[in-house]
Amino acid sequence: MRRFLGAAVAAGLLIAASSGAQAAKLKVCWVYPGPHNDGGFSQQHDIGRLDVEKALGDKVETSFVESVQEGPDSERVIERLARGGCGLVFTTSFGFMDPTLKVAGKFPNVKFEHMSGYKTAPNMSTYNLRWYQGRYVQGQIAAKVSKSGTAGYIVSFPIPEVVMGIDAFMLGAQSVNPNFKVKIVWVNTWLDPGKEADAAKALIDQGADVLVQHTDSPAAMQIAEERHIHAFGQSADMLKFGPNAQLASLVDNWGPYYIKEVNSVLDGSWKMHQTWAGMADDDVLVEPLKNMPDDVKKMAEGSIADIKSGKLVVFAGPVYKQDGTLVTKPGEVMPDKDIDSINFYVKGITEQLPGK
Amino acid sequence: MEMAEGILLTIVTAATPLLFAALGELIAERSGVLNLGVEGMMAVGAVMGFAAGHVTGVPVVGVLAGIIAGAVTGGLFGIVTLVFAANQNASGLALTLFGLGLSGLIGNSYTGMPGLRLPHVHISILSDLPIVGSVIFGEDPLVYVAIALTIAVWLFLFRSYAGLILRSVGDNDVSAHALGYPVLRVRMLAVLFGGACAGLGGAYLSLVYTPQWTQAMTAGRGWIAIALVVFGTWLPGRIAVGALLFGAVNILQLHAQAIGLGIPSQFLSSLPYLITVVALVLISRNQTLLKVHTPACLGRTFVPDN
Repeated sequence: MRRFLGAAVAAGLLIAASSGAQAAKLKVCWVYPGPHNDGGFSQQHDIGRLDVEKALGDKVETSFVESVQEGPDSERVIERLARGGCGLVFTTSFGFMDPTLKVAGKFPNVKFEHMSGYKTAPNMSTYNLRWYQGRYVQGQIAAKVSKSGTAGYIVSFPIPEVVMGIDAFMLGAQSVNPNFKVKIVWVNTWLDPGKEADAAKALIDQGADVLVQHTDSPAAMQIAEERHIHAFGQSADMLKFGPNAQLASLVDNWGPYYIKEVNSVLDGSWKMHQTWAGMADDDVLVEPLKNMPDDVKKMAEGSIADIKSGKLVVFAGPVYKQDGTLVTKPGEVMPDKDIDSINFYVKGITEQLPGK
Repeated sequence: MEMAEGILLTIVTAATPLLFAALGELIAERSGVLNLGVEGMMAVGAVMGFAAGHVTGVPVVGVLAGIIAGAVTGGLFGIVTLVFAANQNASGLALTLFGLGLSGLIGNSYTGMPGLRLPHVHISILSDLPIVGSVIFGEDPLVYVAIALTIAVWLFLFRSYAGLILRSVGDNDVSAHALGYPVLRVRMLAVLFGGACAGLGGAYLSLVYTPQWTQAMTAGRGWIAIALVVFGTWLPGRIAVGALLFGAVNILQLHAQAIGLGIPSQFLSSLPYLITVVALVLISRNQTLLKVHTPACLGRTFVPDN
């Protein structure tokens, strides 16, 4: 009897010890605005998550919730993750900002990272990518490749992140062709293939022969392929949707950033931060460079290298607003916080920014 | 391609899925059944159409699969509301949620894949006519099917005996039953047809409009189709006009933005829906017009008391 009891206690301790060791594994959770395999934005985050699993699979457990609507419903999802034992939560869309802030207030021991926002808390960081660097290169390529001198830009909502992309694109295009034009259509959604396709058709009918998008589906790329013009992919390589149309895609490479953050939580060095990573950290890629003449490819590669090294700064003066006011003087550089809250079009764009 | 031609082509393409779904819903409603599940049926049709097209490599098979899938989903609704006499509104809403969820589940492995596209028709001289050439003679085959369907539905409802029975079941189910007509069977067939058309509309989205699958790619078109049936006072011709109007406003607002008219994009985005609401209000002002064509037993559950 005593031997049995002893064995039982030993077994119990062993089980408690092993489950204790398992409970020590850090749970890292992601919230996506779209399906994890949307071939675009959310999928790139998921690839980053898989990179974390590959690199740190023995120390962390990852999970995700996909297709979460921005707004109040997301708060329920984020709270459920925090309550369910997640130690680090990444919320990957602008619209998750206020819900994340609210949940961060209720769970001070859980760490939150919100992508593309600007509100923070002691346990809530923000992170973003300097996509505008990639947009600048896209603008340069577009201006070289376009025969009509007009690009069509399909965008979702007039938030600073989107507007800075348009401005950077124009600055890049103007560095090659000062008279380059851009036509802009707001579809008021991040993902709606039908609407994006309609917007693409409208822009092409209006004379655009290079399409750029800041929306998540490959619909516009398909239309570009059909109508034999060029286009840039968004978030992921969309070459299979437009083998002859895609010039390059603005690829989000989240792996390096996510691995860095998870490691910082594991070794206890995580602090609240507002990170804005870019080409220099290999988080923003413009690739693969195809369907363009060799000299354009060389120019693009040169620009990418210059941006990476810091030689080329996108928002370097002079930068003029649409109405002609000088915002950044020659020789100066627009400060990050101004870029982050940008709410104007640069000179050369003739359309009105919605909401102004 | 000139701008005018391009715009017309795009409008017709935008109106076609709406027209399919609305014509199907018209038949169902004319028999007295209000099926609010059009969005769900369209979604299932879209995913099955894409999947079948992808697996077999033949887009036409995809179209057929979409039709069958839509009909089966409609059949589910039919069983629940006609056999088990459940509330039609609640069942329809449940069908929408079910269809959207099911399509998302099936479509999981097909997301992010380019699909096949039904090739456009091309009749040598006619399709090359300026402006109207490709719009009238160079569309994808399903546009012609939609036009034929509109005419067929009109002929069926107002020039055929079977259509007369359908309308009588929708106007007075008790009398029809007393006269010996199989009310529930007629309604079931109408619902199956409605589902098949919604499935066809969905397959059109994933095989012609944007050959890919994305969750919730129907984007509310099913609801617009339901509104179009009322907007068109249950007449096929008017429904077709409504579908073209909605498609036109949708496309023109994008063009207005691209031209740079300066009207806020949020307002332009809401314009198609605003116009639909305004049209519905204007129609409802004339009560006689509404009463003449509204199926009198719309939405009422019928239980034969043998």
